[in-house]
Formats: sequence, C-alpha cells, structure tokens
Amino acid sequence: MTILKAEGISAGYTELDILQNVSMKVKSNQIVSIIGPNGAGKSTLLKSIFGILNPRKGRIVLKDEDITGLKPNKVARKGISYVPQVSNVFPSLTIQENLEMGAFIRTDDFGGRMDEIYNLFPTLREKRKQKAGQLSGGQRQMVAMGRALMLDPIVLLLDEPSAGLAPLLVSTIFEKILDINKTGVSIAIVEQNAKEALKMADHGYVLAMGRNVLDDEGESLLDNEEVAKLYLGG
Amino acid sequence: MAELFVYGIVLGCIISLGAIGITLVYGIVRMANFAHGEFMTAGAYIALLIVSVILPWLGVPDTTFGPLSFGWRMLIAFPVSMAAVAFIGIFFDRLLYKKLRLKNSNAVILAMSSLGVSFMIRMIILIITGPDYRFYRPGIMRPALQLPFGIKIRPDQIFIVALVVVLVVLLHLFLQRTKMGKAMRATADNTELALISGIDTEGIVMWTWGIGGGLAAAAGMLYGIDVQIHPGMGWNFLIPLFAAAILGGIGNMYGALVGGLVIGIAEQLSTAVLTPTYKLAVAFIIMILILFIKPEGIFGGSDK
Repeated sequence: MTILKAEGISAGYTELDILQNVSMKVKSNQIVSIIGPNGAGKSTLLKSIFGILNPRKGRIVLKDEDITGLKPNKVARKGISYVPQVSNVFPSLTIQENLEMGAFIRTDDFGGRMDEIYNLFPTLREKRKQKAGQLSGGQRQMVAMGRALMLDPIVLLLDEPSAGLAPLLVSTIFEKILDINKTGVSIAIVEQNAKEALKMADHGYVLAMGRNVLDDEGESLLDNEEVAKLYLGG
Repeated sequence: MAELFVYGIVLGCIISLGAIGITLVYGIVRMANFAHGEFMTAGAYIALLIVSVILPWLGVPDTTFGPLSFGWRMLIAFPVSMAAVAFIGIFFDRLLYKKLRLKNSNAVILAMSSLGVSFMIRMIILIITGPDYRFYRPGIMRPALQLPFGIKIRPDQIFIVALVVVLVVLLHLFLQRTKMGKAMRATADNTELALISGIDTEGIVMWTWGIGGGLAAAAGMLYGIDVQIHPGMGWNFLIPLFAAAILGGIGNMYGALVGGLVIGIAEQLSTAVLTPTYKLAVAFIIMILILFIKPEGIFGGSDK
C-alpha cells in the first residue's frame, strides 16, 4: 500500500524552480532512498514534502489525505517526521529534553515511547542528562532521529544522516535506520552515500538537475551500469 | 564601601530583572528591544495609577506592612501591573514586530521600530503625568536598619532583593521544569527545529514578551519603591540593561542575572569616587570593554 506520494512537484526557494515535476512514493514499511549529485534537489524534495517549502505545482498525499501546502507543525501532526541534515538537535537542552520536545504536540503519556527509543539507542539512555551540544556527531544524529521518532510517525524523512560522520559511524547509523524500519516506520532517505543507501533500500530514486532520472528496486539500481558510472564511483 | 556594595546589590537586582527580559527577547524573538526600559516605566506608572487612584476609590486602606513603606495597595498593584505590561509587550508584538518578522525584516529594522515604541510609550506617560518626579508614598522615610560594618539598609531594600530572588527562582523553575519553559529554551536554541517538532513558535514568542514585560514591570515598581519614578526612568536604564545582558552573554538568562548584579555594584561603587551623574557612564564603559575583550559575554551566549 502506498503511504506517501509526491506527484509532479515543482518547487524552489526563489522564483527559480529547483524541482521540476518530480514524483516519488513510499509504500508501507519500505525504505526509499533518493540519490543524485549535489544540487539535484534531493533535500528540496524532502522540504517540500514536510511543508518547509510550499510546492508551486503538484501534490503531496499521505495515505488518502492531500497534505500539500500544510505548515510543518501540521504535517508533523499528520504523521510525518523530518530530520534535517544540519542543526538537527537543540544543543543546550539535554538528550531527554530533546526527546521531550519531539513529543511536544503529544498530549498523552509518552514515557513508553521514550523507553522504546532508549532501547533503540542505549547510549542515549546513559547520557540522557547530558546536553546534546556536547555529544559526538554520531550521537547527535541518534538524538535527532530519536526526537523525530517521538511522535510515532508513519513516515520518517531523513536528510543525509551520514553526512560528516566517520566511516565506522556511517554503518552504525545505517544499521539503526534498518532497526527503525523494522519497528514498522516507513523511511524516505536522501543520501550522498549512494551505494550504502541503495543497499538497504527497497526502492531507489535517482534525481538529477531537479528531475526524476531513474527509479527501480534498490538492488537493480546498484546493478545498473549507468547509475554505477555516474553516482557510485565506477 | 561595604554600604555602597550592598546598595549595588539592590540596584543590581533591579537591573537583572530588566536584563533577563532583554536577553530572553533577544534569544527567542531575535531582536534588540530598545523599548524595554519603557516597559519598566509603564509598570511603575500603572502601579502609581493603581495605588493612588484606583485602590483608594475602591476603599482599600492605605496601611503599611510593619517597617515597610507600603502595604496592601502596592501588593495588589504588583501582579496587576506585571500582567498589564505583559499585555503591552504582546500587544506591540502583534501590532508591529510580528508583521515585520513575517516580512523577514532584518535586525536593524526591528530594533529601530522598538526605538519608536520606546518614544511612544515615554511620551504618552509624559503627556498624561507631566515631567515631575513622583513617589508611591510621599514624605515618609522609614528608619534604616543598622547592620554590621556600618551598613544602613532600609527594610524596603531587603524586600526588593527578596522579591527578585523569588521571581528569578520561579522563572528558573518555569524554564527548567515546565513543557512551555523547555519549549522556550528549544526555540531559543533552534527556531527551525522547534517548528519541525511541531512547536508553535509564534505562541512561544507571545510567552516571551509576556514574561519579559512582566519582569520589566516588576523592576520598574521596585525602582519606584527604592528611589522614585519619573517618565524618563526606563530610558535611563536602557544602557545598564543592555550592558548587563551583553556582559552575561546575550541570550543567556543566568548570565543576565549575574551581569545585572555586576553592573549595579559597579555603578554604586563608582559613586565613591565619581559624581552619581556618571553612573550611566560606568555601565557604558563596562559594555564597551566587554564588547572589545569578550564580545560573546562572560558566559558565552546561550550555551551553544
């Protein structure tokens, strides 16, 4: 079943459209990876889905509901969470407080959910009283994902979770993403690290110059000669 | 000297209350509020209206508490005036700053418009009340208490320090323990991420103006109890307030608290060698020195 659908999105920060008629969809329990060169519009696509950017054309559908043009705080209430690439934690707040802020719009008791997230990231439980600004890059990324998961989202949007991390940490973070997916969260992930991202993906999209270039199953894209030559470093 | 130091703490407490508001507004609304001094003046005059017109009319007796120079009237005026100035802060945000923010106006435009608000409030008060110095309770000087080291202090001044301590502790608990307080700190840290988390950041901005306005009103009333009130009092506080906020690292509430005390003590100690008229210059010099030596303040901004 299709959970999230972006249809014919055109969007940009100025009058210039960065995305031109881009479409993608995420089915339930899938990991969908979006790859492509710098400036292809990958992050712009996530921002358009989450309502940080208002698409000029096209529509965003979550399950059966049209959510095009909703503000981020409304989109969050509908069941999408978003982890930006940079500045994705509250540095002067503790880990615990970061997670609490993730649950800001929840009115029920979220203690159980927080426990699940601590089980997913045991290091965070140990350091829960520490300020997020004092953590290493990998731990910060975990706090950022933990914050986004507090709302029990249907879909998690991740913008380059491996950016700036040491290679060893990159695989840890990707393992965590697979773990999150196993708990029943559909994931759309934008990555520079194309090979890794396609390996774990059920489906992949290749964007270039703000347009859809290719889309196929993750494995097939990995085997695709053109993709290999252009984006996977030969 | 010891006595001047104690008076410095009293003045410093008043400056701290104002500086905390400046620093909160700067950290969350991201604007330098040049009308903050006028919030103090407004608070002081609203209290004057309450204690000298409204409450006598309602028949509230003009008795005083033990050795203090004020009684029920002032105690009633306190929360009412704080709420009124909180409302004034929110009102001007809605009327002006919010619209400018939505147009992505830069920091200078926001600061200049607050300067305009400052003139408006000051002139309105001046037109209504005239330029005279006023007292909440004219003519009665309470006997001072004799403390060791030859320090003479009025019971009112002890009340001022105690009330500031209570307000600061309440604010601390609000920011550290409540959901709304944590969301305020989160918004100060990263507004974009706060929005992404579903926090209504415009609502947080309202809270910030309310708290900043309320604290400024309290500072104005306390200064009125300690010294006197006049339409230019808040304007004269503007430099000490900013000096304190910058000294403590702008955006950092605890820094503003310490910064206020430092500025207050420095101003009072300076009167041992300089004419009191130069008090303001002392605050100004401290501010310039800090900007030269450690522009991020002693406690380095909102700890990022």
